[in-house]
Amino acid sequence: MAASVVSPDADKARRFRDAALPHLDDAYTLARYLLRSAADADDAVQECYLRAFRHFDGLRGQATKPWLMAILRNVCHAVYAGNARLVFTAETGETQAAPIWREDSDTPEQAMLRRHDSETMRRLIGQLPAEFREVIVLREINDLSYRDIAEVIGAPVGTVMSRLARARSILRTAWLAEG
Amino acid sequence: MTCEESEILLHALLDNELDAGHAREVEAHVAACPRCGVQLSQLRAVHTEMSSPQLRFSAPAGLRARVEATVPAARARVTATPYPMASRRTLLRGFALGSVLSGALAASLMITIMRSDQDQRIMGEVVTAHLRSLQVEHLTDVQTSDQHTVKPWFNGRLDVAPPVVDLTAQGFTLLGGRLDYIDGHAVAAIVYRRRNHVLNLFVAAGAGSEREVKTETVQGFTVKSWSDQGLSFRVVSDINAEELQEFVDRFQAAARQGASL
Repeated sequence: MAASVVSPDADKARRFRDAALPHLDDAYTLARYLLRSAADADDAVQECYLRAFRHFDGLRGQATKPWLMAILRNVCHAVYAGNARLVFTAETGETQAAPIWREDSDTPEQAMLRRHDSETMRRLIGQLPAEFREVIVLREINDLSYRDIAEVIGAPVGTVMSRLARARSILRTAWLAEG
Repeated sequence: MTCEESEILLHALLDNELDAGHAREVEAHVAACPRCGVQLSQLRAVHTEMSSPQLRFSAPAGLRARVEATVPAARARVTATPYPMASRRTLLRGFALGSVLSGALAASLMITIMRSDQDQRIMGEVVTAHLRSLQVEHLTDVQTSDQHTVKPWFNGRLDVAPPVVDLTAQGFTLLGGRLDYIDGHAVAAIVYRRRNHVLNLFVAAGAGSEREVKTETVQGFTVKSWSDQGLSFRVVSDINAEELQEFVDRFQAAARQGASL
């Protein structure tokens, strides 16, 4: 019977693999939306996993996914800061986001169905101001709960809810305008 | 409830973040207010579009390899193992190795070790079968939300009659059934959906009588196992452990009710 003694390091590596690797696609997806560049996303995810492994011992009983996403978000912000490409102001969305109510002869459902196009949706998400983009991606695509998102972005749940509402109404308006 | 209040709660409703009481209040308001009704249907369309798998990206193979390389030591074994069925069939019947061997008291220590070793391997296979099912066109052999279609479908394909219950009203939509193989044995896989998560419930013959639910996490997936009336059950999903427990509770309650009819 192979009852081999496992070294603590090997054990840590195994636990890290089991906990963190299943989220690789999720992490890559978030990075793609945050950075809007495949090459930058690649680098950010690799850096994220390096950091995560280094700090894995600090993760005690916490859910892995939000923890990993929080690290990734920090890395992505650092990428942006380094490249000085980010216009990350909390208020930019407010002016852009004024909901334009379109009167439409279609029923609302028909109007929405006309543009049933994931490409369009990807592009529209990409155009969202960063602070709205991250919450909507974390919610809809990474499928985190409000509480987890609050943990990732380090803000109260109320902030998560209002940004999410904002993000969705911008997307809705933009999508209707596409049709 | 006012429109202002409902406006933000509509999102929480879509996101399944409201308790039952608030959800009813918002729904009542939406039913009575055309403006909020339109809002909800449009927001729901955005929500639905965003749950499309097309909006997700897969990590490129090169990135995956580099990430793997940053973590030292052995690669994860469970998923990489193919299925050496014949050899294992001689070792196990169903999931219930313990019950077959439990008479062998003299070797009890040995059995304990073996069993946990086997259990771990079977857990790995459960997760592998789940992952396999998520690939295109592998989810169901019989696709229907009608429990009365799924149950007879297993007749003649399996030597057990798995209970199939519809939990749509409780938030777990029955998608259908499938034959799968765990540890070299044909088992029933009953497939449910919770939001955009898939749950696979594997049912096999097993003499175990432990009704106590055991929970394990394998590669980020939660697996809950229990036995009842000569069957062993294992449900696996990536939804959180509480929701999975909710599924187990509801399934057990519904199955018990079904059995007493």
